[in-house]
Amino acid sequence: MSTTRRPRITFEDIGDVTVVKFTDKKILEEQAIQHIGDDLFKLVDELGRKKLLLDFSTVEFLSSAALGKLIRLHQRLATGGGKLILCGISKTIMEIFELTKLDKMLKIVKDEQTGLNAF
Amino acid sequence: MPDPEVPDAVAEVCFASDWPAVRRVQREIEQALAPFAFPDRDQFYIKIALEEALVNAVKHGNRLDPAKCVRLRYVITPDRFEAHIADEGGGFDPASVPDPCSPENLERPCGRGLLLIRKFMTTVEYHGRGNHMTMAKVRTAS
Repeated sequence: MSTTRRPRITFEDIGDVTVVKFTDKKILEEQAIQHIGDDLFKLVDELGRKKLLLDFSTVEFLSSAALGKLIRLHQRLATGGGKLILCGISKTIMEIFELTKLDKMLKIVKDEQTGLNAF
Repeated sequence: MPDPEVPDAVAEVCFASDWPAVRRVQREIEQALAPFAFPDRDQFYIKIALEEALVNAVKHGNRLDPAKCVRLRYVITPDRFEAHIADEGGGFDPASVPDPCSPENLERPCGRGLLLIRKFMTTVEYHGRGNHMTMAKVRTAS
């Protein structure tokens, strides 16, 4: 990731799955969302990760702009034969995914272990 | 239960079309909301709807032009939050925004902010050419 700004995500490879955690409680700001997108796409495009498990257990707020990034990440991975799974989503944030029907498009599971088993 | 002793909060601000100003206004409203102790879920809905509405005004309405202002008036009572938001942009027709939940639009990153505002608020109205909106959340009975 960039050395000139603080990282917006941390990641750990467990087998062939890359588990991603977010460093911000609120994923709202345009610049933060851009940085998160850059970091996530770097994992896919430059580091060649194909199975991403995004862990939202630290996230309290999420805007529609962040949803746009997730959609594009899902598309990018699907195009390259990869897969995106989301886990650790709070009840309130889950409402956002349900209202926007993205729970139908994106695979969402309860927790990290369930996600690791779902690839 | 709402505390009838908390005096209504009413304020009107005009702020520049940049992100630091948006955050300042959001913090101000969060602080103004706190004494009313709305249920957690109502507070979440208000914060998300406010985020989406302010981003729309600053980004899509005023196109991040620092010379253009967003006018915001909010009224908080023990059982209701209401915000009037106006930008200096050309406006839009909310009815013309594609339904982001339609299968053909599901993968398009557009229209979700408006959807969240509509779903999370009790009432949402657009006025004039669409660059002025009013949204309100009635406190959920506990």
